This record gives sequence, C-alpha cells and structure tokens, in this order.
Amino acid sequence: MSDARSIKIAVTALGGQGGGVVADWIVKLGERCGYIAQATSVPGVAQRTGATVYYVELFPAHAAKEKGKAPVLALMPVPGDVDIVIAAELMEAGRAIMRGFVTEKTILIASSHRDYAIAEKIAMSDGRESGDKVIAAAEKAAGQFIHADMAVAAMSAGTVISAVLFGALAGSGILPMPREDFEQTIRDTGRAVENNLCGFAEGFRIAAARKSENPQSTPPVETAQPSRTVASLIERLKREFPPATHYILCEGLKRVVDFQDIRYAELYFDRLAEILATDRAAGGDAREWRLTEKAGKYLALWMTYDDAIRVADLKTRASRFQRFRDDVRADDGQIVNLSEYLHPRVEEVCDILPAWVGRSILKSDALRKLLRALLGEGRRVSTTKMRGFLPLYFLASLRFMRRISYRYGVEQQRIIHWLSSVKSEAPQNYALACELAGSQRLIKGYGDTHERGLANFNRIMEKLDQIKKEEDAADALAGLVEAALKDEDGIALNAALKRLDQKPSAAA
Amino acid sequence: MAERSFAKEVKHLRLGEGDVFRGEGILAVTKALLQSGVSYVGGYQGAPISHLMDVLADAQGILGELKVHFEASASEASAAAMLAASVNYPLRGAVTWKSTVGTNVASDALANVASSGVKGGALVIVGEDYGEGSSIMQERTHAFAMKSQMWLLDPRPNLTSIVDAVERGFELSEASNTPVMLELRIRACHVYGSFTAKENVTPAFTLSDAMENPTRDYSRVVLPPSNFVHEIEKVERRWPAAIEYIKTHKLNEFLGGHKGDIGVIVQGGLYNTTIRALQLLGLANSFGETDLPIYCLNVTYPLVDDEVKGFCLDKKAALVIEEGQPEYIEQSLNMILRNADLQTRVIGKEALPRAGEYTGQVIQEGLREFLGQHAPAMLNNAASLAVTNLNKNERDDVAKTVPQRPAGFCTGCPERPVFSAMKLVQKDIGKFHVSCDIGCHLFSILPPFDIGNTTMGYGLGWAGASAFNAEARQRTVSVMGDGGFWHNGLTSGVGNAVFNKNDNVLVIVDNGYAAATGGQDILSSRADNKTRNTNNPIARAVRGMGVTWLKEVNTYNVGEMKSVLKDAMTTAAEGPKVIVAQSECMLNRERREKPIRMKAIANGKRVVRARFGVDPDTCTGDHACIRISGCPSLTIRDNPDPLRDDPVAWVNNDCVGCGVCGENAHAAVLCPSFFRADLIYNPSRLDKLKVGIRSAIIGFLQARRDKAREKYSFGVPS
Repeated sequence: MSDARSIKIAVTALGGQGGGVVADWIVKLGERCGYIAQATSVPGVAQRTGATVYYVELFPAHAAKEKGKAPVLALMPVPGDVDIVIAAELMEAGRAIMRGFVTEKTILIASSHRDYAIAEKIAMSDGRESGDKVIAAAEKAAGQFIHADMAVAAMSAGTVISAVLFGALAGSGILPMPREDFEQTIRDTGRAVENNLCGFAEGFRIAAARKSENPQSTPPVETAQPSRTVASLIERLKREFPPATHYILCEGLKRVVDFQDIRYAELYFDRLAEILATDRAAGGDAREWRLTEKAGKYLALWMTYDDAIRVADLKTRASRFQRFRDDVRADDGQIVNLSEYLHPRVEEVCDILPAWVGRSILKSDALRKLLRALLGEGRRVSTTKMRGFLPLYFLASLRFMRRISYRYGVEQQRIIHWLSSVKSEAPQNYALACELAGSQRLIKGYGDTHERGLANFNRIMEKLDQIKKEEDAADALAGLVEAALKDEDGIALNAALKRLDQKPSAAA
Repeated sequence: MAERSFAKEVKHLRLGEGDVFRGEGILAVTKALLQSGVSYVGGYQGAPISHLMDVLADAQGILGELKVHFEASASEASAAAMLAASVNYPLRGAVTWKSTVGTNVASDALANVASSGVKGGALVIVGEDYGEGSSIMQERTHAFAMKSQMWLLDPRPNLTSIVDAVERGFELSEASNTPVMLELRIRACHVYGSFTAKENVTPAFTLSDAMENPTRDYSRVVLPPSNFVHEIEKVERRWPAAIEYIKTHKLNEFLGGHKGDIGVIVQGGLYNTTIRALQLLGLANSFGETDLPIYCLNVTYPLVDDEVKGFCLDKKAALVIEEGQPEYIEQSLNMILRNADLQTRVIGKEALPRAGEYTGQVIQEGLREFLGQHAPAMLNNAASLAVTNLNKNERDDVAKTVPQRPAGFCTGCPERPVFSAMKLVQKDIGKFHVSCDIGCHLFSILPPFDIGNTTMGYGLGWAGASAFNAEARQRTVSVMGDGGFWHNGLTSGVGNAVFNKNDNVLVIVDNGYAAATGGQDILSSRADNKTRNTNNPIARAVRGMGVTWLKEVNTYNVGEMKSVLKDAMTTAAEGPKVIVAQSECMLNRERREKPIRMKAIANGKRVVRARFGVDPDTCTGDHACIRISGCPSLTIRDNPDPLRDDPVAWVNNDCVGCGVCGENAHAAVLCPSFFRADLIYNPSRLDKLKVGIRSAIIGFLQARRDKAREKYSFGVPS
C-alpha cells in the first residue's frame, strides 16, 4: 500500500533547553506550508532538566484532501521509522541512537556541546564521558550527520540553541520548505525575533556547509621574550633536562616562579635534577623519561600549595579582574561589583604566620579559641572595593616571608619525604615510582577537602611496604589512588585497603 | 499563577459552529466541556492533566459568561465529592485528576456517587499516567471503573474523537444514571491537533436554580435500605441502559476490513500506535485503511457482549491489544466467548508484554507474532524495518557512554539548599531516617543528595514516619511540600503527630506553589489571586493544630537552615518539631521577574543582577561544591592549567544568582573560589563616580604588582 507518508521528526533534548520551542516552530512551519501537523511531548519531564523527546509528524494536506480522510498519525517515534532527529546536546544524540531512532534513513542534526550529567559532575576527579564515542557511532549510524557546537553559536548570536537547531534543519535542506518560510515562522512568534534569526542564520550556515565543527583547545603560544632571570632558568631547563620533559617542566617552572620567586624555581630544578639522575640510572631515556616528567608535574603542584597568600594574590590580579568580567559575560564598561566567599579558619591563618607563632597557636586551645572568635564565620569580601581589595592585596605581599611560614616548613618536609620514597623506589620498580609520583594528585583543595586528600595519601603511603609485595605493585597503588577518589567517605578506599591486608602476600 | 499561561489559547474556547480549533488535547477537552453545557468543573492538578486545570484557571472570563463554576479542589477527594451536585439535579459536571494516584485519593467519594447514581451527566476525566513520566505505572484506572461500576471511555487519540467522547460521555452518564470516566494517556493529553468546533452551550438548569429550588430524593442517599436498592439498580437498570446507549450510538468502532478469519481488538487509546505498526508491516496505509478487521474499544468498560460475539463469530483468533495488567479486557472477552460457546482464540498477553508501555515497537512485535501464528501469509509483504547498522559492541558502547538523566531540581531551586543543609547536618550528628513525600523535593533521593528512604503518597510524608515514634538516640526527619501539606498533610501528618505525641521532625518546603504539578496557586501562595484566597501562612495552620516547636527559615540561608535543622534534631524539647523552609519557586519567580527586569533595563532604570562564578585558578577540581549542591548551572569545564588533571567547576550562564553555591561554600567551609558578581545596568552618577575612584586606585596597585612580576615573565601574560 504505497501512499503519501508523513515526515517524522524527533527532537531530543534535556528539560529547559528549548526542545519544545523547536517542535512548536516545526509545527507552525508545516501548517504554513500545507501540511497537517501533529506534535506530542511529555512536559513533566521536559520542564525539569530530565532527558526528553518531542515528536512531530507532518502530513501533506493535499493528500488528505484528495482522499477526503484524515491521516492516522503516531504519538511517539518508532525505532527505525524516524526521518529527522534533532538533538540539542551530544549525549541526547547518543540516547536517540540507543533508542534506535537513528538509522541510515535518518538525518541526525546534533549540537556537539556537552551538558554534563550529575553523575559526571560529582566525581572527585574527572568523571566526564567521552563524546567521541557518540560522534563515531553517529557517523556510522546516521544517513547524514550534521554536528557542531551550536551552544557556542547560540551564545555568539545572543540567542537560544533552538534557533540554531531550527536553522540547521533548514540548512540541511531535508525539508521541502524554502528558507523564507522558516524565517517567517520565527518572525510570526514575535519574540526575540532579531536574535533568533541571527542564530537561525548561523545554524543554516553550519548545516549548509556540512561542516562538523569541534572545539579544539590550542596550547598557548609564547609570544614575547622571557625576562633575563627567567631566560637563565629556561637555559638550565634546556641544558639539564631531556627534551621529552620540556613542555611539562616549563609549565611547572612557570607555576613555581609565579608562586614564589627564582630561588624557589632553582630549588624545583635541584630536586628534579636528583630525580633525573635516578631516572637516568633506571634507564629513563628508554622510557621517555616518564619518571622525571611525572615528578616534574606533581612536584610543581605540591610546591605551589594553595595558601592564603597565593589565593589573595590570584584574586587581586588585573588579569583576574578581566577574566571574571568575561566569565559573567559583562558588557564592555559595565560596572561589576564582586564579593568573594572566603572562610579563613584558624589553620589557614597559622599556615602563613611565622612557623613558631603558627605552631604555638595551633598547640594552645585558648589561642585557637581566641583566633576563631576573631575570625568569626565565613565572610564576603568585596575585592572591587577598597575595603576588600586592600587587605587581600596586603596579604598577597606576604609572599616575601612565606619561607618562614609554618605551612612552608610542613609542606617542604612532606615533599622531601615523598621524593625520597620515589627515588628509593625507582631502581627496583620504575612503574611503581611513577605511580608514587602521581599519587600526589590526591592532595588538593582547601580545608576539609585538603585534610581528607592528605589523610588518604598518608594512609596509602603507610601501606607502601605491603603494596611492594603485590606482583604488580604499580597497578596496586594506582588502584588505591583510584579508590581514594571514588567517594568522600572513604568507603571504596577502606575496602581496597582491607583487601590489601587480607592478601596472603601481605601476611608474609 | 501557573507555570504555563494559556491566556492566548483560551481565546480558542470562544470558537463557534464550524470553526477549526487548533491546540493541545487538553485544551480540546475544555472546549468540549463548554460545548456540552457543563455547569461545574473541579479537579486537582497533576501530570498529565495539569494543563486542563491551568486552562480553566485562565478561562475564568468565559466560564463566568457561560455560568460555569470552576473549582481548584483541595484534593481529588474534594473534586470527586463535587459530583454530588449531579445526584439530585440535572446538572452536568466534570472533575479531573492524575490517575491512578488521584483516583486512589478520590475512591471514597467515587464509591458513594456511583452508588447514588446521577441525574445530570457526571464525567471524571483522568490522565492515565502510564509509561514515560509516570509515578505509579503498574496500576490501572480500569480496576476503579469496575469496582465502583463507572463506565470507562478510552477514545482514539485524535482531537475529534476525544471531543466526541466528552460529549457522548455526558449523554451516556445521563442515559444510565452512572458517572463516566474518560481516560486520556499522557501523549493524548498533550497531542497538538485540530477539530471542527461547535457553539458553547449555557446550561438550561444552573447551579443557582438548584440552590434556590432544592429538591431531595431519599432513595439517592447512601444508607440502608437505599444502598441495597442501588446495588440492584446497578445491575438491573444502569448496566443494561449503558449497553443499550453504547450500541445504538456506536461508541465502539468496527474499522479496517471485514474479510478474513482473524482480527484485532484494541483499546481506542492505542489505535494510532496499532495502525502505525500495521503500516510498518505493510498492512495499512496512512489513513488507517487495512484489510485486517479491527474492533476499536472506545468504551473499555463495560464490554458489549453482542458486539464482541458479532466480531468474533467468523474468526478463529483475535489479538487483544490491552496496555497494563491485570488483563481485565482479555479476561472478560474470554468469558463472553466461552459463555457463548464461541471457540475464537483470544491472544493477549501471550503475544504482548505484561508490563511496560505499548510503544509502536512493542505492538509491531506483538502483531508479527500473532500474524506469524495465525496468518503468516499476511507478513509476506511486511516491509522489514530499517535497523541501526551499529553492531552490538558499538551499541553497548554508546549505551555505556550515555549518562542517565532523570528530572531534577531546577537552576536556583530553593529546595536544593534544604537538602544541602541536611547533608551537612548528617556530617555533624550522623545519618538519620528521612521519610519523603510527593513533589519536587522528592528529587532529593537522586544524586548528589541521595537523601530519603520512602514515599507513601502525596501529603503522607510525616505519616510515613509515624511508626518511628519510639525511644531512640536519633530522631527521624520527614519532608512535605506545601502542596502536599494542604492536600492532606495538615491532618494526616501534623494532626496525627500532635495527637500521638510524636517527637520527630518535619520539614515543610514552602515555595509558594504546587510546584511539581506546574506551579498552581495554593492557600499559602504569596501571590494575590483575584479568584482565590491566598496568603494563608502554613505556620498559622501548624500552630492551630497544636504544634509549639515551630521555626520558619529562609532556605537560601544554608547556614541558618543547617543550624535550625540541627537544633530540631538535638533539642531536649519533646513533641513534634516543624520547620517551615521558605523561598519562592525559582522557576515561577524567574518567569514573573525576568520580563520585568528586562523591561526596566530597556527603560534605563538602574538594575542590579547577581550571578555567581568560580575562579579556575583557585579551584582544584574536587567538585565537593557540586556534591552538596547539584545545581544544573554549577557544572564543570576543562582545567586551564596543563598541570592539573581534573576539570574545574564553573557557573554557566543559566545562573539566576540564587547564591546557594556560595552559601554552601561557606556552610561547608569548602574553598575560596566562589564569587558573586553584581552586574549593574544603567548605573547612577554615584555608581560611576565610586567605580571611577576605586578602579583608579585598584588599577594603579595592580599595575604596580604586574610591573614587579615582569622580572618573572615567560613572555606570555601570566
């Protein structure tokens, strides 16, 4: 029974993204171009950030007229029977593929940007799923696959993603309606017409050009000349360290210099030099100097621990003032007042005080109480006003006395201890040494977060002798680090350590 | 004011004879009610019929002209009881709610009105909440129709059929003195389509007529001996009358072909999906024309024996497409046929799944199996459906990659901080049992909060913890929304706790609306509502019930929220402890305020807009902030620092500046990365002056330090 068939369009999106707007526009477009339109959705889900599907069918009105009968249209997409899938986010395109909506008869129009799901966001490290898999699958599954970061396109057009997707639908040329009708549909709504048309045009261009635009992060290019003092450091880098390590070590260098000064950078290199020696002895050049590179990366992070001085410095920089304006998308010249959410605790204050002062305060409950009383609860500091800026500016200037601060001493001790275990491990087990160097990543953040990370790090280090007994010690250590990053309450880590204790090898 | 305004759409309700009506299914139902000369309408909102309530709320003008009384009932029970008006008087009335959850609440009244029987047509429009976005998907309205003997309409999901079902429904109700249920599935409620309208009808006999000339009929009262008579009436008079009406007015349809020894019996609501499945099998065209005989049940209860026998007489097998379980229709079909000694095989759940929504895919597979068994020849020209050309591994890969995305708290939602605070309190005093309720706050059971043990129904949050009224070192917390509170929680929860000397804690989330159902106003809404009495504080009602330990907190103040909750959990004070956590639903607030703000900005008025941000260079990528907030606009992005492994948190541009992320950073002592930015539009002279001076000084100091930093320059601006 071959006869006129309806065009079947599924719009997959997450709630609040405007998938419904696209569906509405398609309905209006169809009706103005001589089609009978039917659309359905499940709004409850749609409203509140859940993944949802809007479904539209367009049936040629003339065919119905000739027949003198109304067509029977479906209320939900049937796998294998969808002509057009419009996905407002990459993973929603993936979901459409999962649900079988995308086949070789389907044209898939998707925004390649990511709206991360809560499961991806709450990870203590990097929980993001890779979009490449979805893109690869889409390339293979769909008859045609048009994708670009339409969120960026929408932002630059000062509109919502719906307009860009609608434009891409027009640009794909899959629907028989001319561009004018698409644009008139937008005009008829009478809402944000100019911006929507602007976004529409961008979408149209993308689809018409069939360009698959993926955001590429390009590494920063060194423009001007480095200062004389820094030049000598870079010299030393090139002279002493193998090229394979230069990129990371140079980044580390920047960080360390930025944190303290040239002398501190020399210390960084002195420590790395010892690591390099061990690395060389352990046949590092056959291993692309993995140990030196890894140690270089994490040593830089550890040496530039986040104390109040550093935070104050970063918060008061001119470059930061420009950055937050961009972040909050302030118009040129618009006044933006800032308040920082700061919560200095006794610990943070003692950290930057001269070692003996800090230590004695931390030792004495009375002084602790007093200081806590002085600090009070968390405070909002307005860095765009003198009252807030000046104290932070002053705080940042304390870097000159950082070397005598309490925290400095503590951190250097920890670093030395950590490096020595790395060095002593390298000769017997290179891989393990690398993992040891990498386990510094557990130590990050402030307050409780920092304490938790450090505690986990120490718990794992205490087990080092047991870990060494494992037949793949490096693997075992990596597993423990991973476990430590699984959950806040240390449930996974406890379990992993328990397993380690129960190993017969540990008993030996 | 509801989440969605139908102010524009309600104009369609004025369309007259022959005009073409275009809109949502729910809107069409409203129009059909007016065309049927309805006198009163009531109901309780809830997907998928919320929009029906919202449309009526926005249509007060027209309703007034037509002398229709619309009531936003306190609960489904109140709505059902409203039908009592049709018992003694020739008044047509309709009530509506989400089924089956709402029908559960309404059952008491339904049993009584079904016993009394009705003089005026009484229609119960239920949104059959089955499949996607449903709450209690394993139950069927069909069971309620059978137990109270109310007729159940399940029309084909196109606007013409739905409107027809409403009009016929009233006639059927009057012809059989029985309330009638009209079942609409979620997609039918929201389907956009068109139908040809009729004139609206003002009821000949109005509510005022009834109130001014009351009549009573002792035999209608549900009390012995009348109710025994009612039972006999039900079987001897009302049932046959209904059957007669259904037959003579051909409410059920014989569609498709008339040849062949097999056929399909389908619930009206599943007709379109069935036709699509047949189309894909090459057995039907776009107009639903097919050789396969189809008996379409637009009335699924009661079944008409003669029609069933007539349809099956010349058939060796019939496929019953009936969604949900138990398979009541399949059972009665078997009974009818076996009693008539007809040997037609009735194939239902043996070809179709017992559980789950009947999608095009599912029905197609069922048809394939049925036809394969009983008419394999028909499958010869079955077009094989295009399938994905991904192999299993590739499909699994995608499935593994694509993250779950359930509905959750909106950006800036005032309920989120309540649960952030709960998480923080649990860190201090240990875990406690949490009894949840129905409403947006139930999203607390999902990550990142993972809070909540059970939910026993709308407004039953505290009752759900009433057993835990024993000596223990830890108290329990119950959660209730303002919607649930007024629905029944005031009595079933608060009253119950006071009377039984409960020593535990209740948190009432007071966001000013029945938010989960679409932001409808309720007694405690702060909005002034011309047609409703609002601004009745929850706290007053709770005190009135006899609660003495009561605190009101602004939810956005996480610190205070935390300390009040901790206090409630640890105080020596005995007796029920109630916390009213207040802040307006952000979804509704933004909907109201954003346009005003935009207008003000456009008109050159000074406007300050707050939004939040995170400094990428102080953020270390632990995401603790996200774990205690979970705001959609608080997300992650690549770490700009090549040395750091983990993505940094950042606040995207959807941020509405509610401040919870900052408050959390404080309350949990997280990190110094959060900042609030106040963007000033159309600044005053004073603003400009101040900023001029400040940025001069600050700029100078910054330049000074940048200069000093030059000796550390790598050539790239650091």
